[in-house]
Amino acid sequence: MSAVPPALEEIREDFLALGVQERLQLLLEFANELPPLPERYADHPDLLERVIECQSPVFIFAEVSDDERVHLHATAPPEAPTTRGFASIVAQGLEGLTVDEVLGVPDDYPQTIGLVEAVSPLRIRGMTALLARAKRQVAEKAHRS
Amino acid sequence: MTVEVDQSARFADYAHPERLVSGEWLEAHLGTPGLVVVESDEDVLLYETGHIPGAVKIDWHTELNDPVTRDYVDGEGFAALLSSKGISRDDTVVIYGDKSNWWAAYALWVFSLFGHEDVRLLDGGRDKWIAEGRAVTTDKTDVTPTDYPVVGRDDTTLRAFKDDVLAAIGRVPLVDVRSPEEFSGQRTTAPAYPEEGALRAGHIPTAQNVPWAKAAAEDGTFKSKDELTAVYRDGAKLGQGDEVIAYCRIGERSSHTWFVLTHLLGYENVKNYDGSWTEWGSAVRVPIVTGDEPGEAPQR
Repeated sequence: MSAVPPALEEIREDFLALGVQERLQLLLEFANELPPLPERYADHPDLLERVIECQSPVFIFAEVSDDERVHLHATAPPEAPTTRGFASIVAQGLEGLTVDEVLGVPDDYPQTIGLVEAVSPLRIRGMTALLARAKRQVAEKAHRS
Repeated sequence: MTVEVDQSARFADYAHPERLVSGEWLEAHLGTPGLVVVESDEDVLLYETGHIPGAVKIDWHTELNDPVTRDYVDGEGFAALLSSKGISRDDTVVIYGDKSNWWAAYALWVFSLFGHEDVRLLDGGRDKWIAEGRAVTTDKTDVTPTDYPVVGRDDTTLRAFKDDVLAAIGRVPLVDVRSPEEFSGQRTTAPAYPEEGALRAGHIPTAQNVPWAKAAAEDGTFKSKDELTAVYRDGAKLGQGDEVIAYCRIGERSSHTWFVLTHLLGYENVKNYDGSWTEWGSAVRVPIVTGDEPGEAPQR
């Protein structure tokens, strides 16, 4: 079943409450909030998957803990704030969800948060790809694929 | 009123040295009446992380393109945009950006379609400015809106369309500035770039492959006139009197090459085919060549 989890819904409402220019500022705040990779991954670039659909180098790694909770880690360079913002939204929005909740996130979520007008349709495709890759990793790690 | 040109010796050899400014020149001239500094980047948020003091942002996706038709804004749209950025018709505009000025050159080319006379690039772009330790700020730039006149866009002089290119094969030198992998047909997008939907891979018959970066030095500045001459005149065999059409994937990297050929080497008839591979590679029954060689013009 497809449903937008509360954290992603809240992010969407926050964006939609703003004018187009202010949405960019909020995206920048997300970019600044992207935490550094946990040390156990920082030393293991081989574990990270590159999201090649994004223009800038961004790498993600989805963790599924024993209790089936999802934690998404991502890294992107500071010169790529838009991509960092996308990664930060997806990581915060999926944090702590169950595998089923993550797999139920609608694939078109990135198109629904009011950023298409702010950053252009072409750029938003990077975020769609990021979400799709995160979901695929979660499915693989939970042996649902 | 235009601002004095940068007399740096290192620009003197270029055909139009007045089209470039250095970081030293720009730093010394910030705040000069009649000078507007514009940042134009691939990343729509990069400006917000810190920009040259007083600079305004122009985004190619959301501001220079028409939101519906695949085209640039029209005369009214351009006038409204430049008015909102505080730019007057006779202002000197200095554009800089990320990625060795890809998007800055693209913006400069669009400004040129509207005949904005004095528009220059900051040599080395954003990265060199920062590497030199010059000031950046996140302070909002105060803009006093202007009344930029409505000027029609000239699509005949600097811009080529698909049918122009079709008619040019075998007659006019074509320069494909994409990566060798895209040129040969191994892939349809730049390495590490998103798929933008071309259905076929390869290049336009007879096109010479001169990746855009051959014009850039390590620090993102333009190479010297002699080095550029070696690349384009001797390497790609472009004659000085030649009409040339440059293309890439969506017209941004080829704007960089258009700038080099037009303003640094002094070619007088260079057009940018902005439809580029995302149009050609999906168009029905246009000729395509794969492999490393330019290939022959098809029989007409």
